[in-house]
Amino acid sequence: MTENGLLQITLYLAALLLLAKPLGLYMAKVYENRPLFLTRLLGPLEAGLYRFSGVDPEQDMRWQDYAAALLWFNLFSGLAVFFLQILQAWLPLNPQHLANVSFDSAFNTAVSFATNTNWQGYSGETTMSYLTQMLGLGVQNFVSAATGMAVLIALVRGFQRTHAAGIGNFWTDLTRGVLYILLPLSFVFALVLVGQGVVQTFKPYQSIPLVEQVSSAATAPAEQTTQTIAIGPAASQIAIKQLGTNGGGFFNANSAHPFENPTPLSNFLEMLAILLIPAALCHTFGAMVGNPRQGWAILAAMTMVFVSLLFVTWGSEQSGNPALASLGVEQSVSVNQAGGNMEGKETRFGIVNSAIWATATGAASNGSVNSMHDSYTPLGGMIPMWLIQLGEVIFGGVGSGLYGMLVFALVAVFVAGLMIGRTPEYLGKKIEAFEMKMASIIILIPAFLILGGTALAVIVDAGKSAIANPGAHGFSEILYAFSSAAGNNGSAFAGLGANTPFYNTALGISMLAGRYGIIIPVLAIAGSLAAKKTVPTTIGTLPTDTPLFAMLLIGTVLLVGALTFVPALALGPVIEHLIMNGTH
Amino acid sequence: MTPTQHKQPLFSWQILLAALGDTFLKLAPRQQWKNPVMFVVYTGSLLTTGLWLWGLFNGGDDSASFMLGVTFWLWFTVLFANFAESVAEGRSKAQAAALRSAKRDIVAKKLDEPRYNAPYVKVTSPALRKGDLVLIEAGDFVPADGEVIEGVASVDESAITGESAPVIRESGGDFSSVTGGTRVLSDWLMVRVTANPGEAFLDRMIAMVESATRQKTPNEIALTILLVALTLIFLLTTVTLLPFSIYSVETAKSGTPVSITVLVALLVCLIPTTIGGLLSAIGVAGIGRMMQKNVIATSGRAIEAAGDVDVLLLDKTGTITLGNRQASAFLPIGEITEKELADTAQLATLADETPEGRSIIILAKQKFNIRERKIHELGATFIAFSAQTRMSGVNIGERQIRKGAADAIRRFVEAQHAKFPPEAMRLADIVARHGSTPLLVADGGRVLGVIELKDTVKGGIKERFGELRRMGIKTIMITGDNRLTAAAIAAEAGVDDFLAEATPEAKLKLIREQQAEGRLVAMTGDGTNDAPALAQADVAVAMNSGTQAAKEAGNMVDLDSNPTKLIEIVETGKQMLMTRGALTTFSLANDLAKYFAIVPAAFASTYPALGALNIMRLDSPSSAILSAVIFNALIIVALIPLALKGVKYRPQNAEALLRNNLLIYGGGGVIVPFVGIKLIDLGLTALSF
Repeated sequence: MTENGLLQITLYLAALLLLAKPLGLYMAKVYENRPLFLTRLLGPLEAGLYRFSGVDPEQDMRWQDYAAALLWFNLFSGLAVFFLQILQAWLPLNPQHLANVSFDSAFNTAVSFATNTNWQGYSGETTMSYLTQMLGLGVQNFVSAATGMAVLIALVRGFQRTHAAGIGNFWTDLTRGVLYILLPLSFVFALVLVGQGVVQTFKPYQSIPLVEQVSSAATAPAEQTTQTIAIGPAASQIAIKQLGTNGGGFFNANSAHPFENPTPLSNFLEMLAILLIPAALCHTFGAMVGNPRQGWAILAAMTMVFVSLLFVTWGSEQSGNPALASLGVEQSVSVNQAGGNMEGKETRFGIVNSAIWATATGAASNGSVNSMHDSYTPLGGMIPMWLIQLGEVIFGGVGSGLYGMLVFALVAVFVAGLMIGRTPEYLGKKIEAFEMKMASIIILIPAFLILGGTALAVIVDAGKSAIANPGAHGFSEILYAFSSAAGNNGSAFAGLGANTPFYNTALGISMLAGRYGIIIPVLAIAGSLAAKKTVPTTIGTLPTDTPLFAMLLIGTVLLVGALTFVPALALGPVIEHLIMNGTH
Repeated sequence: MTPTQHKQPLFSWQILLAALGDTFLKLAPRQQWKNPVMFVVYTGSLLTTGLWLWGLFNGGDDSASFMLGVTFWLWFTVLFANFAESVAEGRSKAQAAALRSAKRDIVAKKLDEPRYNAPYVKVTSPALRKGDLVLIEAGDFVPADGEVIEGVASVDESAITGESAPVIRESGGDFSSVTGGTRVLSDWLMVRVTANPGEAFLDRMIAMVESATRQKTPNEIALTILLVALTLIFLLTTVTLLPFSIYSVETAKSGTPVSITVLVALLVCLIPTTIGGLLSAIGVAGIGRMMQKNVIATSGRAIEAAGDVDVLLLDKTGTITLGNRQASAFLPIGEITEKELADTAQLATLADETPEGRSIIILAKQKFNIRERKIHELGATFIAFSAQTRMSGVNIGERQIRKGAADAIRRFVEAQHAKFPPEAMRLADIVARHGSTPLLVADGGRVLGVIELKDTVKGGIKERFGELRRMGIKTIMITGDNRLTAAAIAAEAGVDDFLAEATPEAKLKLIREQQAEGRLVAMTGDGTNDAPALAQADVAVAMNSGTQAAKEAGNMVDLDSNPTKLIEIVETGKQMLMTRGALTTFSLANDLAKYFAIVPAAFASTYPALGALNIMRLDSPSSAILSAVIFNALIIVALIPLALKGVKYRPQNAEALLRNNLLIYGGGGVIVPFVGIKLIDLGLTALSF
């Protein structure tokens, strides 16, 4: 661990926490339909959209109607992306004349982008036309993120309201989220990225003469004199992929690619964008329930887990590989090198900025990468995986992270509430059998998908044949893939050849169930809470805005995550770590 | 607080022996199915038993002695949970049996018409129906619940209350109900039967105690859902370990896949068996603890609600104050002497048999040695207190002497075209401001002065209210007194708020207001006019001495008729919830140590390097797993006393309470199994298992 590293981490956290508050309060205004500076600009457009699509913005939906609207919309979105892919060869904006995508891959990608997962079984530059990228994937980056935020806001309304039948209007929540939050932020961010050198063009890929000609087995006998450089409308996509916790890169190498992430500044801003909205939503929550401290408690819990685990990743990567050390490889930090385990990392980012990104992308269900997680040390790679397995609630996806965390808060309050001798309540709402039933489903579904999917993959040949590295590491690759899909994260341990019908289907199903299997019970909780009376707070009430509660919440999340995944992790990263260190 | 209680030791030999028998009866699958967590253990035990038997003849996937050891202790886990439940039920059954002994067929004298010496026929109590009239004379048992319509008698109610001092039952008013199974000691009562056989109070009490195990409370249901979810997670964790293990063996090319016996052992250790096994015992014990406090709850739900109470409505008289207002001073006005006032006051009080009335006569005698006079010797007529005039007194010839509340006397004086002296009003206000009750005395149109009736606040009550405030419970005093008196007493007793000049409607309104703001309201009551408020309150404790209507409206009955008991009821409710929460936390925290024991052991043959996680340095894989299973079974037995007694409750705010309990049950739950499993492992190794 270096001073420079500490400085960078401090700078990152400070910038994040400073920006989160104003953005959070702004978002609360957006969802509470209060007048904004942007209303004058975009208000007519918003009203026009409602008129055009026949939506009554005043309609208050019951949770069932809200869920139905959401599901129909997402189904439509998924189908649109699916058809764009399987028809792209005949559609415009395809300068490279890329072929139609196979059905199973198109299914996987459609699901992946509609569910805000952005798992990529394909490589962008050789598979997707510009049209598919922009109209299909780019649009989904916006609306899938706005969908997650809408569900969160509906849940928050459940806490706000008393004896209410409705939890808001999905169409307005979706529209306002895109129009007033995601679009303006992405617009500004994309311009900054272009300024840093991220490409944004409709030109076809460029053929560039090589400075030094090469010949290889592939080109033999002729010498290779040119290289095709993939370009395209990337910056607009990168901005929203970072902000909307999407993570699906324009290019296969994602943000390790110099055209996606060229400079230290672009790297810093992109890392910031990963956690910005999820952190800010905590303040939105605090503002909307009328007690900013409630938001702070949750943000503090998230930050503490994030920072602790970041130090594990960083420490593990910085200390390098003892097996290499015994071969005399220099892994210490010096003026000339970052030291530690640099395999799979960009030299321009080094250890710290790779570790921050890896931890943040695992925490936030973003899934973009600037280094390859497969090449991390066993423990360094375990952290992003475990963060996903915790339920993507440490910051988590936009909206989805906080609604997941609030469900954990319900569980924490339930057990702790009993310990103070009252039937449990959170924010004035009694937590009863129905909420516990839904919370149980929400916790069970990802566990079932991850452990069940991995179990299936390690016994069938279709699963095992895709493993690049046998042994415990191969096991980790599969476990990571299912964690990533079920948690709607989208990052990958690259060693797994996952673009096969088996994985496309199994992971596609995991993404679907991991998204909607949770959204529906969350909305059900929102509906149930909204219908309840609000109990006044006394000193006999369990306070949920104190450091003690933040600790309790951390304890609950970590305990559930540990108890569920310890045996599986023991057979993957943990044993790999023990063997690597030669502790026999 | 309570004069006598059904004192019962935590365990008695009879209960333990009876429970032992029940323990085995509960092995029936139908019984096990009711508790999902323990059903998993039960199924696991059957599975390992089968595997062991199969292994004996065909060679199993683990050593026979290991499988037998695990099987043996899994069955013990099931039995220990059964035992806990049986002990809790046994205690309740003992209480029910004591109640039932009071219920036997009694020969009743059924009257033909409502007259004391009307002819009667002798019938047995089960033949009595609602509306029948019975005569109960000294020495007779009361054959059924009923309402006294004539007569006054002392009744021994010790059979249901445990209270040996007899109580007075009389027609009219709030002491008119009698309970079947009690005995009339003196005089006679004519009673109208109010309950058909099987519906009487005693029947309902017995049914309640006996059905305590069958109905789950809402919170218990919610907790069970959480426990089932956890069980499912662990089922998933252990079931998927088999393919994971097979894959690991394939790829590491060493060792054998984990055996089913080890997986079952791991599963049983991980699922929350501690709380799962003790959950129903906690519920039964909660009702049992209420009974020890001589409170009969009509449902477990009511006890649970008691833990949540935000507002306590307490009657001033009898709850906050001793309730016997005593005359403490004569305060004359104008040139009237204190003795003159005392003399007239005594005259006005002669026929007044209330304790307050008696105290005026006693004070007059103490201060001025005024002899008691006989009302008929004076040729006086007694004017009784009525709700309309709100005065009482005597008429001696033309002389009209009255005593009563200030505004009543004012009306009386002004009705005679006399002037009501402002000094009297001022004096009355001063008295009221001291928390005493002013009684004005008037002789015709002339106001003589004020009698001060003083009510004493119970010792220690202020501290009790302080505790309640720390628990976050607001206390509201209900009184018929005027605002000034009420405010003074409220300040002296330390209640948070008061409702003065309370009428039944005002009480009901107050409860509704509090509930509309989302608060849970508890109250006690005994009179028929309390019934609507009792029915509206969330926790309503009726006094056993109260009317039948009050008892019907409440959801608990206090056999001691002690209104302060409400505070203890709240504590018992909280204790029950806390015990559940504490054991759940403890159960989950235990899993950490169990992972450290079992995971390295289960994969020792494939990945010896995992031995690094064996931080307890347990002797061998088989002793590690067995130690964890044994610990898991023994901890249930060790916690039975805690489940029955309940977690200790000290009134403090939520944050402090949570911090303490998290430390004890969460922190303890992490540490205890590390120590316990290590000790058991040392023991097993010493026995060279």
